[in-house]
Amino acid sequence: MKTSIMLAAAMGLIGVGVCSAAGLAETVTVVKGKTIYTMGPAGKISDGAVVVRDGKIASVGPAAGLVIPPGATVVEVAVVLPGLIDAHSTVGLSGIYNQKHDSDQLESSSAIQPELRALDAYNANEQLVDWVRSFGVTTLHTGHAPGQLISGQTFIVKTTGKTVKDALVKEAFAVAGTLGPSATRGASPGTRAKQISMLREQFIKAREYADRRAKEAKGEVAPAHLADAKQEEGAEALSGGKEKKRRGGRDLRLEALASILDGTMPLMITAQKQQDIEAALRLAEEFKFRLILDGAAEAQGMIDQIVAAKVSVIIHPTMTRAFGETENLSMETAGKLVAAGVPVSFGAGYEAYVPKTRVVLLEAAIAAANGLPMEKALASLTIEPARLLGIEAAVGSIEVGKDGDLALYDGDPLEYTTHCVGTFIGGVRVSEVRR
Amino acid sequence: MGMKNTKTLSERCACAVVLAAGLAVMLGGKASGEPIALENATVITCKDGAGFTIEKGTLVIDGGKIVSVGAGVAVPAGAKRIDCTGKVIMPGLVDTHSHIGGAAGADSSGPIQPDVRILDSINPRDSGFRRAVAGGLTTINVMPGSGHLLSGQTIYLKLRKPAGKDDSPGRIEEWCFAKEDGSVMGGMKMANGTNSIGNPPFPGTRGKSAALVREQYIRAQEYAEGRTRWLAKPEAERGDPPGRELAMEGLGECLRGERIVQHHTHRADDIMTVLRMAEEFKFRVVLHHTSEAWKVADEIAKADTGWGSKGIKGTPVSAIVVDSPGGKLEAADMSHATGAILEKAGVTVAFHTDDWITDSRLFLRSAALSVRAGMTREGALKALTINGAMMLDLEKRVGTLEAGKDADFVILSGDPLSVYTHVEQTWVEGTKVFDRSVAEDRLMATGGFGAGREQQPYLCCVGGAVGSGGGGFTFNGKQWGNGNATGNSGSDAQAGGGQ
Repeated sequence: MKTSIMLAAAMGLIGVGVCSAAGLAETVTVVKGKTIYTMGPAGKISDGAVVVRDGKIASVGPAAGLVIPPGATVVEVAVVLPGLIDAHSTVGLSGIYNQKHDSDQLESSSAIQPELRALDAYNANEQLVDWVRSFGVTTLHTGHAPGQLISGQTFIVKTTGKTVKDALVKEAFAVAGTLGPSATRGASPGTRAKQISMLREQFIKAREYADRRAKEAKGEVAPAHLADAKQEEGAEALSGGKEKKRRGGRDLRLEALASILDGTMPLMITAQKQQDIEAALRLAEEFKFRLILDGAAEAQGMIDQIVAAKVSVIIHPTMTRAFGETENLSMETAGKLVAAGVPVSFGAGYEAYVPKTRVVLLEAAIAAANGLPMEKALASLTIEPARLLGIEAAVGSIEVGKDGDLALYDGDPLEYTTHCVGTFIGGVRVSEVRR
Repeated sequence: MGMKNTKTLSERCACAVVLAAGLAVMLGGKASGEPIALENATVITCKDGAGFTIEKGTLVIDGGKIVSVGAGVAVPAGAKRIDCTGKVIMPGLVDTHSHIGGAAGADSSGPIQPDVRILDSINPRDSGFRRAVAGGLTTINVMPGSGHLLSGQTIYLKLRKPAGKDDSPGRIEEWCFAKEDGSVMGGMKMANGTNSIGNPPFPGTRGKSAALVREQYIRAQEYAEGRTRWLAKPEAERGDPPGRELAMEGLGECLRGERIVQHHTHRADDIMTVLRMAEEFKFRVVLHHTSEAWKVADEIAKADTGWGSKGIKGTPVSAIVVDSPGGKLEAADMSHATGAILEKAGVTVAFHTDDWITDSRLFLRSAALSVRAGMTREGALKALTINGAMMLDLEKRVGTLEAGKDADFVILSGDPLSVYTHVEQTWVEGTKVFDRSVAEDRLMATGGFGAGREQQPYLCCVGGAVGSGGGGFTFNGKQWGNGNATGNSGSDAQAGGGQ
């Protein structure tokens, strides 16, 4: 609700209609910055200006000589960044109150549930969406939280819109999984070895499933659900035999797992301890899927293997509490990975209590104070996650043709005492607080 | 680390004597007569007035105490001189609310347990203490949790000896502040709102919570009255003394204002309930966390809970600064402007880590984010130091850099409110207890393999591939590895370095 009110206000107050040569109503916003970090080929521009026309970036370059279109909204600030991208959040599924009605980030009924779509659980009006947006976050990769072997799917939204449809960028991006003690449950999986055994078994089933479905589609075999005795056992295995055997036909679980194997979706595995990271790499090698390593608290001790595996890393929030499986985390890991050439993005991750979400801007700042060069930290908030999420054609840098998503600051964006003074999505101001 | 290396034999003997006496009344780790002058620093004294910040300042310490501070103060003959050009020195940070040390207070047998002492649960080897000094903390109030209306007696610790390596960290008593009678200083932890509500025997509602608290304080009043009457009788007529009740004694200390109630509370109406209780039973109280204090700032500034003699208006607040609101219903309206709004209303504000909720190593950040949201710079720095000291009755010992106070200070690489600033050294009572240029200490500051262990990491974790640059270390007096991580042993000639 807050979102819609703010949007309406923004549209009414500053979204000025301008008549173009073609006579169509246009919205033009000009943002002038003492420093513009484009995060694109134009690099850092001093005394620059970004022109956003009808939601897209129309030009970026020196402010000098720019002819301001009549009727355009003009904003002047110290620093302009592309809208920030949270590479891994649970905001929108996990809500501010931490009560049953706003906690949809983790279903507890099954260890392997890749069929759960983030799309069906995201609350576009969640206050925490507002909160992160007020620090400059314009894109969220959000969805099911770490905590099950396979927790569910993730998706990509803009931090705007009053419905999930308004916010949507990509309706399914990855399947989120977890290795290690935080994803053991009751009887099974109870150990690390069992976790990997279960995943291997299911991937093999998913491969067989995909093969069968392909053959059915081509008419090479009769559809299993129409045959008499053919039955799908995947579901049964998952529930320890309690679930009723079902016939063939579509199986949403195996379908989702198969889409990891055919490259449609990456598998994002949250793994903190070295043995869990190693297991994730081993699994990806065996089944040839695209792995995104999330958390990776002990990545600092195995940088060579991570470089060799060519995986991207969504580093744990730098202010994550250091105990249990994260006891060895370091504020320097992001800097060390980037120095080794590993693509690193920042994610807010999942927080079970207070604070209910972290803010990627503030996490990157701590990494920048601990060995990650400042502009690399900005890249890990913008163009790196855009590439990771495959949305770099639209967001992640200030380049002509990309979305007019901008984050405005009154100083070094990473400094504690700097304020985010405005956030724009598609050229529309979506946050006006000074935070 | 630094401390161990600079310790003399006579200090070790002094330690043994104190232990033999069974109680720590250690006033400083350093014998007098070995003055140290830290020169050319920007010195933030946190003392109100023109001397709040001193450029090109000198801090002279001796015998664990501050001898003098100022620009151009005389350096005693024979003093060890440490050049701090480009550095900032400020008082050791005071954390009014922490849960480090594996601390645990009351159990699930009941909601009000004033007899329980957290003293009896602390593990001095907990890595949290080494992280705390890495963050510049020198004085902390270690508290039991908020799952009870009253979860026990807290302790105020001076982090005197957190970096023992091949040495023992000592007994927890050695870290305590002692009262004149030798007993350890601490507060009483109370809580209201949802955290302390539960199934019987815990209260189910806010009304019941308040009733249970009132009932116990009334019992404590009667208990005290019984003892007073017994004492008032002529000795011959007294007979046997009334039986001791530890719980009633604990509450009695609160009723007499000797033990400060350190009260967890969030929602505006819960804050008002705390003030109502404090006014009824005349206990001194500090309001902690206070997500919604900004809604009742004027009421807090008006509520007299016995702090007037320190010049504190109304009731002081120890606030937490977290990255986002929420996580529970009561924290949904949390604001980064809490410090700013309370300050404007005239309320005395301190910050706390609530470690594990926020990390002790990032305590300076609480002040910086509050300045970001409108608090004054001086107010925010005082909220890390002297204001917290007042809320623990320790303002005569710590919290500002003034002659006669404990030589507890931090040396920073730059402005205390900048994210890029590091704590380079932490000193307690004239002894360096953290030095970022030493590999083991740096590991505690940044995290990494071994930083979470109960004992000082060695062999596995410092130097080599996962070490932090220094390479090498000493263990049991022997040099290991190929670096000179302990190269500054016994020499404090240059502050900082190591970056």
